[in-house]
Amino acid sequence: MITGRATQLQGLYDVVVAGGGPAGLAAALGAREQGVERILVLDREREAGGILWQCIHAGFGLHHFKEELTGPEYAQRYLEQVLEKEIDVLTDTFVADIDRDRRLKLMTGREGIRVIEAKSVVLAMGARERTRGAVRIPGTRPAGVMTAGFAQKVVNLHGYLPGRKVVILGSGDIGLIMARRLTLEGIEVAGVFEIMPHANGLSRNIVQCLHDFDIPLYLSHTVAEIHGRERVEKVTVAPVDERMRPIPEKAWDIECDTLLLSIGLIPENELSRQLGVRLDPVTNGPIVSSGMETTMDGVFAGGNVVHIHDLVDFVSQESLLAGRNAGLYVTGNRPPADNIRLSPGENVAYCVPHTISSERPHTIYLRVRRPLEKCSIRFGTVLEKKLSYVFPAEMVTLTVQPKFLENFHGDALSVDVVAR
Amino acid sequence: MNYDVTIIGGGVIGCAIARELARYRLRVILLEKECEVGFGTSKSNSGIIHAGHHSATDTLKGRLEWAGNQKWDALCAALGFGFERIGELTVAFTPEERATLERLLISGRAKGVPGLEIWEPDRLRREEPNLSSDIVAALHAPTAGVVNPYEACFTLIESARANGVDVAVDYRVEALSRGGDGWTVTGTGPDVASRFVVNAAGIFADRVAAMAGVGTFRIHPRKGEEYLLDKRLRGFVKRVIFPLPTATSKGILVIPTFDGTLMVGPTAHETEDRSDITTTLPGSDEVFESVRRVVPGISERDCIAEFAGLRAAAEGEDFIIGPTAAKGFINVAGIQSPGLTAAPAIAEMVAGILENEGLKLTARDDFVAAVPPHVRFAALPLDEQVRLAGEDPRYGRIVCRCEHISERETVDAIQRGAHTLDGIKFRTRAGMGRCQGGFCSWRCMELLARERGVPITEITKRGGGSWVIRRRDDGDQP
Ligand SMILES: Cc1cc2nc3c(=O)[nH]c(=O)nc-3n(C[C@H](O)[C@H](O)[C@H](O)COP(=O)(O)OP(=O)(O)OC[C@H]3O[C@@H](n4cnc5c(N)ncnc54)[C@H](O)[C@@H]3O)c2cc1C
Ligand SMILES: Cc1cc2nc3c(=O)[nH]c(=O)nc-3n(C[C@H](O)[C@H](O)[C@H](O)COP(=O)(O)OP(=O)(O)OC[C@H]3O[C@@H](n4cnc5c(N)ncnc54)[C@H](O)[C@@H]3O)c2cc1C
Repeated sequence: MITGRATQLQGLYDVVVAGGGPAGLAAALGAREQGVERILVLDREREAGGILWQCIHAGFGLHHFKEELTGPEYAQRYLEQVLEKEIDVLTDTFVADIDRDRRLKLMTGREGIRVIEAKSVVLAMGARERTRGAVRIPGTRPAGVMTAGFAQKVVNLHGYLPGRKVVILGSGDIGLIMARRLTLEGIEVAGVFEIMPHANGLSRNIVQCLHDFDIPLYLSHTVAEIHGRERVEKVTVAPVDERMRPIPEKAWDIECDTLLLSIGLIPENELSRQLGVRLDPVTNGPIVSSGMETTMDGVFAGGNVVHIHDLVDFVSQESLLAGRNAGLYVTGNRPPADNIRLSPGENVAYCVPHTISSERPHTIYLRVRRPLEKCSIRFGTVLEKKLSYVFPAEMVTLTVQPKFLENFHGDALSVDVVAR
Repeated sequence: MNYDVTIIGGGVIGCAIARELARYRLRVILLEKECEVGFGTSKSNSGIIHAGHHSATDTLKGRLEWAGNQKWDALCAALGFGFERIGELTVAFTPEERATLERLLISGRAKGVPGLEIWEPDRLRREEPNLSSDIVAALHAPTAGVVNPYEACFTLIESARANGVDVAVDYRVEALSRGGDGWTVTGTGPDVASRFVVNAAGIFADRVAAMAGVGTFRIHPRKGEEYLLDKRLRGFVKRVIFPLPTATSKGILVIPTFDGTLMVGPTAHETEDRSDITTTLPGSDEVFESVRRVVPGISERDCIAEFAGLRAAAEGEDFIIGPTAAKGFINVAGIQSPGLTAAPAIAEMVAGILENEGLKLTARDDFVAAVPPHVRFAALPLDEQVRLAGEDPRYGRIVCRCEHISERETVDAIQRGAHTLDGIKFRTRAGMGRCQGGFCSWRCMELLARERGVPITEITKRGGGSWVIRRRDDGDQP
């Protein structure tokens, strides 16, 4: 592991990136491409690289590097590039506040409290996991109820185990990957319980992490109660009705000492909120233009802080764009503003970016609300793309070339995913 | 060692009594069965210092509520726990309910509670725009406050300790016997001999009284579930909001906590099981349905944590405070709501009772009322933060990102007695924010292991068998 370190913290930077995960690192590289001088990446952890260090399984970089890397390998490649390009990386540094004049208040374990200024800021703080409170699971509050990401950190980074027998609530990717990981560690995984009628993780992970290890997946089921005074002793699980309420007559108990929660990620936007950036209530991330600029002038965003990505390759791609545009902002060579608003229509939960320009090519990321087979994405009346299937758990991407927008003269386009 | 007084139970009542007795030249010990004080009912309540006008004047509850209310400012000034008088509003939806407000107003004034006032809709909309527009009037009581109840326990005991009181945690009292000039207490630690025993054992006070041979009352626990909401809602309501009270409960409230979150609850349901601190689906429904009626903008989607506490209700519904047929054994039992509010007044009352029973109270001339102030780094002005972090870089290293708690504050908490994750959490708020420890638990565990010199696998959430992680190669034992 290598990690860069700013030799000396300066007072003014061209581009400051809050968060040194894959999004932050790609954004810094993007800014450098535009010839910007003083770039600083900040991360509160001891090492930059974000969530990737604890993802020691393979499956990263298939799009970008055309090979299957582990999380740490993927992070390492980016870190090397960042250091080669002489971008300052300061870890053990928490961005506590950003104000409207783009002054950042930093809390650092080495330099104390410092305030620096930036001509442009990229928000790349990633996401946090949803916890028990978010789903209000009834019962007691013993030790042993933890998020899957916490367990992942304990096992993969520190070499300890979270328990002996585990029940997993939620079929998010982190939970699925931990089901496999813990099985390999000799821990019994009693099953994965998912309240929705469909899985919430990538189908690749359902197959490779559950099916291959005979771990049962219970759809339309939930954990109805947690038991145990000091440590988890058992959980009650049950199928749910149409209102997603557990059906008590069909409930049963599973003895276990650990309940892992894999119930989704929430973009970490405390800083954005303090700053006054407008957020999209569906993504919980900033509203962004096609250049990944937020509603605050000179403030850009990329990665999980904007919306939750299942593949890091898209994070890197999107954040590279954010960094490039932050760089263009600093050099004063900004492209013309967007002129078309995108609105999520039939079976589309959200799309990012929120606006596009008829002058440039764009990659649009979106998520559907319901699974659908043999369908197509309709982009207003200008473009239609056929898809064999869509799943809420798998982000859909769509590339739009300017030629499709040549004869479009409106200011809003609806994006729909409909059956063929 | 021979003590003058043994206090059984380290809830807010036991802690307040311990600190009150610390003013005098006495040898006092407090015994608590949990791994830290305050981990019983005193941690799981609404944290309201009630305005003073709620309970009837002809009850102990009623008298001690207002008396206790007035003592919190001085306590907070000395001990520095979180406390603020934010005021409360009791709301009425109909003309009949409004009539009840008038009655509350009159009885409150009769007790001497100042500032009571009925607010008409226009004033109400101005002050609390997020309340339901169906509300026709509200009774405003500016004397109500919110306190950090566990912090209050921790600092009370810290102060008592600093003035010579002994404290034994993980000590469960199992038997009491009288002989000679006093009592011998037996339990999960060395025997303790003392002249007086104060029974402040909360929901187990009837059992402890029975150990002393004076089991004349029964505690029937009444459970209350509470739900904590995200800080995003900070300021959504500014005062504690009450519906109209019923015979057994003050109803389901909206509480702006001292720390800037909103809390909603509690329910009030009898339970037979004294260990039943479960939250339930019906309880959660009840809370959110009731709250939505009063503050329609609040939703269960904002919930970040939930918990339940047991009120130690006795038959008769009043506090039971006083000497018993067993000489030297004093009951402080049935301390249900507003027990937190009343605690400082109860403590003084108990000191008086002990004196009446023959304990000589000689004031110590070296009593130190204050404890060293706790640094709340995130709340300090920037230049002060810069200065402190310059002196000690551990102030610059973040442990809890949601609540902005630094390493130095965490280490301080450990040095002040926290030896579990919950101990840190309730002292510093690390882990109490929206990610509920997802990020900081590990750091807190590392710091606990480092500062206490124990392996990380020995760190527990809350003592006993509440282990968090285990070694890869261990056998059956964690
Ligand atoms: C268990 C798991 C399995 C995955 N599996 C795959 C896979 O197989 N293939 C794949 O392609 N993708 C996978 N992903 C997805 C991929 O890892 C994420 O999409 C990607 O890491 C998101 O990058 P990010 O930079 O936006 O966020 P993060 O990686 O979360 O980085 C955010 C960084 O910001 C820092 N930060 C936040 N707030 C502050 C602040 N205020 N001050 C300073 N620093 C701050 C954090 O410490 C963190 O380092 C997986 C993710 C997880 C969790
Ligand atoms: C949901 C809820 C909300 C409330 N809200 C408010 C409010 O807003 N305002 C207010 O004024 N009051 C409120 N109350 C009431 C208030 O919390 C209690 O009156 C107060 O905490 C009682 O304190 P205590 O010290 O008597 O009990 P506890 O805190 O329960 O302390 C008793 C202690 O004795 C220990 N113990 C028991 N048996 C033994 C033994 N054998 N050996 C050793 N130790 C033993 C226990 O472990 C415990 O720590 C509320 C109560 C509930 C349940």
